[in-house]
Amino acid sequence: MPELVKFKLNDKELTAEKGTLLIEAARQNGVEIPAFCYYPGLSLQAACRMCLVDIEKRPKLATACTEPVMEGMVVWSDNEKIHTARKTTLEFLLTNHPLDCPVCDKGGECELQDMVFRYGAGGSRFVEEKLHVPEQKWSPVVYYDAPRCILCYRCIRICNEGMGVGALGLNYRGVNSEIVPNKGDHLECEECGMCIDICPVGALTSGAYRYQTRPWEMTYVATPCAHCGDGCKVTLSVRNNQIMRGNNRDASGLNGEFLCIKGRYGYDFTHSAERITKPRVRKNDELVECTWTEAIAAAAAGLKAAKTHGVIGSTHTTNEENFFLQKFARQGLKTPHIDHRRSADFPALMDALAGRPATPSALATSRDVLEAPAVLLIGNNPTDQHPMLAWNIRTAVRLRKQHLYIVNRASIPLVAQAEAAKIAKAGEEIEELERFRDALAKEKDVVIIFGSEVKGADITKLVAFGDTLPGHTRYIALADNANSRGAVDMGVLPDLGPGYQPAAQAGMALDEMLAGNLEAFLIVGANPARRYLIQAGKAFVVVQDMFLTETAQIADVLLPSAGPYEKGGTVTNTYGEVQRQKLGLLVNGAKTDLEILSLIARAMGFDLGAANAATQSNEVFEEIRRSVKGYNIAAAALWTGSAVPAVTLNGAVPHRDRPDLIASSNDTLFTSGTLGRYCSALSAVAEAKERKNPEGIGK
Amino acid sequence: MTFSAPLEKRFARMLQSYPQKRSALVPMLMYAQDEVGSLTDEVIAEIADRLGVTVLQVNEVIGYYSMMHKKPLGQYHVQVYTNISCMLRGGFKVWDHARKTLGIGHKQVDADGRFSLEEVECIGSCCWAPAMQVNYDYHHNVTPESFDRVINELKKGGGQ
Amino acid sequence: MIYGLRDLMPGSEHEVKVISRRFDLPNSASIDTYLANEGYQAFLKARKMTQDEIIEEVKKSGLRGRGGAGFSTGMKWSFVPKNIQKPRYIVCNADESEPGTCKDRLLMQFDPHEIIEGMMIAGLAIDAHKGFIYIRGEYRFLIEIVEKAIDEAYARGWLGKNIQGTGFDFDCVAHSGAGAYECGEESALLESLEGKRGIPRIRPPFPAVAGLYQSPTILNNVETFATVPAIILKGGDWYHALGTPKNGGTKLTNISGHVKRPGCYELPLGISLRKAIYEVAGGMEGDKKIKAIIPGGSSTPMLVPDQLDTPMDFDSMAKQGTFLGSGGLVVMNEDTCMVEVALRVMRFYSHESCGWCIPCREGTTWLKKMLTRFHAGGGEERDINLINELAQAMLGRTFCPLGDAAAMPMISAVKHFRADFEAHLNGNKCPYEGRQ
Ligand SMILES: Cc1cc2nc3c(=O)[nH]c(=O)nc-3n(C[C@H](O)[C@H](O)[C@H](O)COP(=O)(O)O)c2cc1C
Ligand code: SF4
Ligand code: FES
Repeated sequence: MPELVKFKLNDKELTAEKGTLLIEAARQNGVEIPAFCYYPGLSLQAACRMCLVDIEKRPKLATACTEPVMEGMVVWSDNEKIHTARKTTLEFLLTNHPLDCPVCDKGGECELQDMVFRYGAGGSRFVEEKLHVPEQKWSPVVYYDAPRCILCYRCIRICNEGMGVGALGLNYRGVNSEIVPNKGDHLECEECGMCIDICPVGALTSGAYRYQTRPWEMTYVATPCAHCGDGCKVTLSVRNNQIMRGNNRDASGLNGEFLCIKGRYGYDFTHSAERITKPRVRKNDELVECTWTEAIAAAAAGLKAAKTHGVIGSTHTTNEENFFLQKFARQGLKTPHIDHRRSADFPALMDALAGRPATPSALATSRDVLEAPAVLLIGNNPTDQHPMLAWNIRTAVRLRKQHLYIVNRASIPLVAQAEAAKIAKAGEEIEELERFRDALAKEKDVVIIFGSEVKGADITKLVAFGDTLPGHTRYIALADNANSRGAVDMGVLPDLGPGYQPAAQAGMALDEMLAGNLEAFLIVGANPARRYLIQAGKAFVVVQDMFLTETAQIADVLLPSAGPYEKGGTVTNTYGEVQRQKLGLLVNGAKTDLEILSLIARAMGFDLGAANAATQSNEVFEEIRRSVKGYNIAAAALWTGSAVPAVTLNGAVPHRDRPDLIASSNDTLFTSGTLGRYCSALSAVAEAKERKNPEGIGK
Repeated sequence: MTFSAPLEKRFARMLQSYPQKRSALVPMLMYAQDEVGSLTDEVIAEIADRLGVTVLQVNEVIGYYSMMHKKPLGQYHVQVYTNISCMLRGGFKVWDHARKTLGIGHKQVDADGRFSLEEVECIGSCCWAPAMQVNYDYHHNVTPESFDRVINELKKGGGQ
Repeated sequence: MIYGLRDLMPGSEHEVKVISRRFDLPNSASIDTYLANEGYQAFLKARKMTQDEIIEEVKKSGLRGRGGAGFSTGMKWSFVPKNIQKPRYIVCNADESEPGTCKDRLLMQFDPHEIIEGMMIAGLAIDAHKGFIYIRGEYRFLIEIVEKAIDEAYARGWLGKNIQGTGFDFDCVAHSGAGAYECGEESALLESLEGKRGIPRIRPPFPAVAGLYQSPTILNNVETFATVPAIILKGGDWYHALGTPKNGGTKLTNISGHVKRPGCYELPLGISLRKAIYEVAGGMEGDKKIKAIIPGGSSTPMLVPDQLDTPMDFDSMAKQGTFLGSGGLVVMNEDTCMVEVALRVMRFYSHESCGWCIPCREGTTWLKKMLTRFHAGGGEERDINLINELAQAMLGRTFCPLGDAAAMPMISAVKHFRADFEAHLNGNKCPYEGRQ
């Protein structure tokens, strides 16, 4: 039990945990002490002097951001003396500030504006000349305007401490002090934009957003990011059906304050010029535009004419869409051949953990990573492939002294945070674990996280190893995309139906389908042509996609689908946390995959139950809740924006082992499968060219 | 890159003198600057490498200290002190005279790179004010006349 | 050029030579001269004392830090915790950058071994085995002298392992700064010594607990360390008696400005300002009237002729609302423009502000700009009060004392010399122009 102390704040008796900083203790008790430089979790600076408070028997005002509360402390956070101090500090701050609020991106959501509004003086007594420094472009996505900078050092700290990158520094001194990028006149970093988000003023601005709109002209939609399997929440700022910005405005998601470059800037695929917005059908070996009615009819007719079907689902579409897709396949087309591109062996993990209780769960959530005393990471390069996971690990190592152990085929950036790291030959990862046995045996509880390198029988061995550890061991399998986990949970697999239940009839796996002699394919939001040779020409191919991908190019019917930010539904991240995806905007001409599927189903005369008529994902979700094991989750929590873990641990999972089918696409920070090709910011940054994941990872 | 043998010897000693290598950063930069003439990108990269810090960290330090510079100064860097004690005893007169005589202003280098000039803060010669320093050499109780004498000596000394 | 003792210390009958007692000897900086004149004897004596006895002796001497803040040296040493299992360090502050101050350089030039011995005794007192002398970068010739002294001491077995068979090890390093007044502030100095920007640290913890490399560290001024050997040799009581109660000993005092014999003098604490100016420094040049006195370096509030009888010690100065500071007396005559003085002082602080905190960074610069305009005749009536208000707004609110150092002289300038400010109003040319 933490020790509590009593203290007096503004004549009120309060309590707080011993050692809590006054500024936090006040906040916990509803008293706001203004601050620029203080930022929870980052090192203390005591530089802005906004948080000055009056402590009894102290000759000088003290900084609430550095004073721990002590028993019997008597503090005032507002009196004449403090009031004057804050006011003049703000007046000082504004002396060299350009006061260009009318054109500043930050206008309307600026901490300096708010602070001056609340604590500042109406006018200024400063009549001298201000310092002028031209603004600088540090990268296509990061700009710096020195005169606006108030030198709170948040950006430097988030980059050093939070990201572990250290790309920002402080140069010169006195009034000439300036934030500088690591490469003299430009940045070389992860381009995460955390510095922009954390900047309280408009000193750091986003190249993708600057000078385009005012904050109050936009609507804000907080929804899971479209890219990796971590499932960060990103706030889309939308104006006139166009996403103007992605950021972390409310920091309410499981990612806390974090976003990577993909989450922040990887949204402009929505209005890419290459979006398909009209259906097309193949005529004389050419895809020609047509009406939706014509296209749906053609798709239905072609599928009906075929006797055998292969269905390929997506790791980007919603749970509802994938659920409906497998239903469409199994009940509508009556084909057992359904699969998707797999990057984590979830069935093997669920099977290895079969029979374990739901609580305490043997599966770890993203939050558990943040709180775990120890993490064992096998394979993968989270810095690139699961940026939020990497952030969580760094945060836990920094703030909670988490111990990190790494086994990998190559050195990865997180080694810098590791207690111990071992390079293992491919396939020998599990044997290498023995070297950590003694150290891990001393840890209280361990979260074991593994990439696609660990699959099939190795997972069974891994769990056997985990079982020998004394504490409560939990597991995380890392899969590539925003809904990779959901695709598996929803049964887009040849051997398993929804909820890891054996399929009534086992079908062909992805490679078998594509190499076989099936007569028709329905491919939804996937691009297998990039990896597999499709027997095009022989089969009838229906493709639902946003872009004219390699796969779309060989379609007989191509149906333009809506992207992840253009529809509602739910997605499940790699940790099994289900989140609600919200409709951000509409792209003219595109329909959601769910709607397209139900249109085809109707045209084919399928009776697929409740979902048959559904263009509303809510109804499908209700069916998922009712029928998919583990998904009977608290809808209210989901609806209010929480990430709710699905309980996917049940009995044994009799699956067909196909470790060869499990591979990560090994995206870097600047790639995101097919989707990434249509995000301009990802390819615009210079780092995208050199960045590669270490050889051997993810295979 | 390598430095002269005596400097390398000094650096080697420095690296042994501190429990943490990074402590040698400021003096290493100072002595390297004296030898090379300025803190070039090459010097910065070399020192960053030797001390296991980033180039950014070295640049942050260089920007902070007023004696460090990235551009070469004149062969003779003339620093005139004008802080209070010097000011009271004619420091500004010397400063004005210096600018006129050398034909350059604050932080400027003359055309042939011989002299550079800087108005600087207190240098610990308050009792013998006004003071001036040419490179590391002190001159006390400076007057316009004695200033001229010093400069002429240097000019005569040629390119030593 | 390297100036000799006669140029730097004109001498006075009022001097009491303790730390400067060897300065006159030929080759005073050499270890031979030092050893022949009580050198390193205090160390040998201290080696036979317990840690507590050493600290007790220093406490008894009434020695207060000579770097400016005047904190009891013995007390400071006693704050070093005995139970922390970390190496301990001794750091000597030879950054000497406070305008008006030029005393530490004499100790380094004429008796460097005295400083080293003082540091060694501090090492004995807290079980530290490594010392660093942080010397401002401009003092390169002194760095060379100190380095030579250190080399000599190693060569003769007074530094290094098992010093003179006493079983005590001590290493000493001379470290060059690179031009930053703020690096005289103790925590900024430690940052600089760790190879970083000279940004002060949040305190607590104080250096005694977590200083250099987060280890317990004693940090004192050059003069403070230099005084320690004499205290150990002759006793704390003896040293204390040289000064006044609670203000033991002597102090190297710099007298600069409009006096006849500016220079450095070792004076007993408690000597009056009047005596120092009129007798020690020979009175005012041209026998002009005194207008203002900066008693202890540019950051101390100014005094006026009415206060000439104030004894020069820590407590008496505090009673007058100012500080003894570093002992840098700057005397200004009646022809001095106090607006120009304020401006020059503020230019300095604005240039030297590290920029970390808002009130200091912006306040010094605002005041500098305003005083520049004001001195050029562009001042307005309300500016006079604003100068005071801005200074008050910095006072006590900045991250480190540099903000206070910049604010205090402004407040005293406006308080005592308002007339000078008023004379600059209405586009008037500086009334003092050409009078010096
Ligand atoms: C801005 C600033 C500059 C300082 N400069 C010096 C200096 O140059 N030399 C010095 O000894 N102390 C200086 N000090 C005081 C030191 O912080 C510290 O108090 C002193 O070195 C401690 O030694 P002492 O106790 O022996 O005086 C400065 C303090 C401040 C706030
Ligand atoms: S970590 Fe993944 S989910 Fe989060 S913002 Fe980045 S790409 Fe999106
Ligand atoms: S928040 Fe405390 S000084 Fe900035």
